[in-house]
Amino acid sequence: MAELLEMKNVDKAFSGVQALSNVQFHLRRGEVHAFMGENGAGKSTLMKILTGVYQRDAGEVLLDGNSVEYSNTAEAMADGVVIVHQELNMMGDLTVYENIFIGRESMNGILINDRENIKRTKELFDTIGVSINPHAKVDSLTVGQQQMVEIAKAVSHDARIVVFDEPTSALTQAEITELFTIIKDLRAKGIGIIYITHRMDEVFEISDRITILRDGQYIGTVDTANTDKDELISMMVGRELTEEVKLASQVDEDAEVVLEVEHLSAGRMVKDVSFNLRRGEILGVSGLMGAGRTEMARLIYGAEQPESGTIKLHGEEVQIKSTEDAVAMGIGYLSEDRRRFGVLVDKTVAENTVLANLDQYISQGLINDSKARQDAVEYNEMVNTKMTGVGQVVRTLSGGNQQKVVVAKWLLRDSDILIFDEPTRGIDVGAKAEIYEIMQDLADEGKSIIMISSEMQEILRMSDRIVVMCEGNVTATLPIEGATQEEILSYAMMRKEV
Amino acid sequence: MGKRTIENPIGRKDSRIVELAKSQQFIAAMAMIVLYFIFWIAAPTFRGVNVITQILNSAYYLAFLGIGVTFVIATGGIDLSLGTVMGCAALLGGRLFSVNGLPMWVALIATVLIAVAFNAINGYLVAFIRIPAFVATLGTQMMASGFGQIISNLEKTNWPATATAEGGLFKNAFQITIAREGASNVNVPTGLIVLILFVVIMSVILTKTKLGRYILSLGSNYEATRLSGINVRKYQFYAYIINGIFVGLAAIAYSAIYTSITAGFGAGQETNAIAGAVIGGTSLAGGIASTWGSLFGVVMMSVLKAGLPKIGLQSQWQLFLTGIIILIAVIIDVRRNKTSN
Repeated sequence: MAELLEMKNVDKAFSGVQALSNVQFHLRRGEVHAFMGENGAGKSTLMKILTGVYQRDAGEVLLDGNSVEYSNTAEAMADGVVIVHQELNMMGDLTVYENIFIGRESMNGILINDRENIKRTKELFDTIGVSINPHAKVDSLTVGQQQMVEIAKAVSHDARIVVFDEPTSALTQAEITELFTIIKDLRAKGIGIIYITHRMDEVFEISDRITILRDGQYIGTVDTANTDKDELISMMVGRELTEEVKLASQVDEDAEVVLEVEHLSAGRMVKDVSFNLRRGEILGVSGLMGAGRTEMARLIYGAEQPESGTIKLHGEEVQIKSTEDAVAMGIGYLSEDRRRFGVLVDKTVAENTVLANLDQYISQGLINDSKARQDAVEYNEMVNTKMTGVGQVVRTLSGGNQQKVVVAKWLLRDSDILIFDEPTRGIDVGAKAEIYEIMQDLADEGKSIIMISSEMQEILRMSDRIVVMCEGNVTATLPIEGATQEEILSYAMMRKEV
Repeated sequence: MGKRTIENPIGRKDSRIVELAKSQQFIAAMAMIVLYFIFWIAAPTFRGVNVITQILNSAYYLAFLGIGVTFVIATGGIDLSLGTVMGCAALLGGRLFSVNGLPMWVALIATVLIAVAFNAINGYLVAFIRIPAFVATLGTQMMASGFGQIISNLEKTNWPATATAEGGLFKNAFQITIAREGASNVNVPTGLIVLILFVVIMSVILTKTKLGRYILSLGSNYEATRLSGINVRKYQFYAYIINGIFVGLAAIAYSAIYTSITAGFGAGQETNAIAGAVIGGTSLAGGIASTWGSLFGVVMMSVLKAGLPKIGLQSQWQLFLTGIIILIAVIIDVRRNKTSN
């Protein structure tokens, strides 16, 4: 019997730029095949060719030995080739069952047979083992639950191949465990799974084989059992990288306390949060999704107002009533969701870089754009933004480079306290290392950093001290010395009795 | 920190000239000129200075509306009230002169202030109460229409008929009529200079000042702009105030050219003003705007309006063709956004 999927010598170019050249990808029935590579390596492009979004320029795609070329996603779905997107594509105001069967509802004449659709939804959920109310509105679900609905929807197309595109980036640990159970279940049914991720630990937990792309080139396919992290990383970036752990705090014992947060509360997401931050310190804030870390940061940043509690800067109690106040007091915030809250995607690198600091470029009421561009060049060189120039529109940069532009913005503003919210989410390995280097340099220069991160590795590598939150509470403040993943996770799951 | 030199760091992909040529405001300007010459060739009666004056006369007030609303659209908002607010301001401002006997300069200032007042309401509702612009300005649209009719008691308002009449001096800002012996009068379109002056100033404000930059930023991404420490509400509010000033100027321009204002005047002009802005390349999604584009867009519609009757097609054709042009402009806008994706 032929292999489930063979993609051979696939080429694809976009307006002269070669996105894929001579790429191979093979998938067996009942296999979880991890697909790795830096951002821009061509993973999404290959998957879009597979699912009919793009058409290949050259090469061959065989499904069960038959050559296929889909001209749209509907054709691919009809063949059981489906993708679960990283960004969820659902109608939030509609119910779960409406979302799952949209476009192929069971009908009673001209009326939709809701009873039948609900029944099918329940059966579907039973087969993959999720328990979600089919009547719930999708907006009322957690991100994790929404993802389960997407998976159910994908599977309901008699799936033969399911592609997961970074499925866990917004999930909690518990949800990830649930997701993996479902994936293993699908695998046992003989479905071929393609699993795109940046997370090394997940690759080793879930995959059977791993294929790696770099710069649109096929690098290789390895059996998960016969490889290790270092080998994969070196395949991805073409150079050796080691993921280290910070062994000891690099902050002086007597360093000034620049920020004190006392008994900060707002709603059910932030409850009686207290901690402090020292000059030159990277304070890691760990916790599971929904622990209230971003909400806490937004209070400090004046984006939301606390119900109670105090904030002290350099020993003085301050009222931060707006983001304007926060910036004026030297606080900068780098959002976890860059595209929505971080950058102006249709504006240039230069415009984004100077946005928080425009006053500095006003002479006689007019913006001195050439000076602004010069500074944008200087600060983006400092953080090593890869761009054609500061006139480049930010939309066309990779996630890592967009993040660097945001960092450049706050560097230019000369903020003393920087809040990095998931600084490397969706960023490839190489750029990640650069962001880490920038953060450590900033701390060494005396800036103070609050780093919210869901990645254990990142917390352990960067933090001088670790605050762990769970369901709006601070459950632990740990020194970096001797901190372990197990310890952090146990605090992150430690609910405080109300 | 590691330094890396960027080749051609400040440079753009295209030279400035190529970039300009690709812009929608340029396309609108070219379309305007091409259209003008098509009529010029097709209809001998279309040639001459007085046709240009006629085109411009019907363009002034629309151009002011278009410039103002460009700032509102740049924030991602819309103003449906500008037509009736212009009508209300022209109606009530004129009455201060013709009925209440106040000096003309008071009437002119009052006209602008009435329009600004309605837009202060718009801006407050949108920026601070967070009501969608569409709904907020729909409310003020009706308010302004009703308010003008209540105060004027449905009487029409007459502004000075000629520049030489009492209080008529301001009309020279838009048109100077030179009487010639033994020939018809020549109308000099002085308003063109006034208009271009305002377009230049507003273009600088939009592209070169903090006010304009923040308006475009918040239209591009409201939250990201707010999180950059910018008082987004304030700047969103200012966009409506700018709009108000220009609605007031539009009321004056219309009064100067057409003299007589009837109750209910102005309704429906918002569609023309918004159309002009969109044709000129201002994106209804916010964040991208051009005052020059709006000018060209509006004048193009006026060329159509003046030219079609000369080739035997009446105003229903103007409506129909303007509709097509708007759709073409929007398609260009959408495609441009797609390719930059």
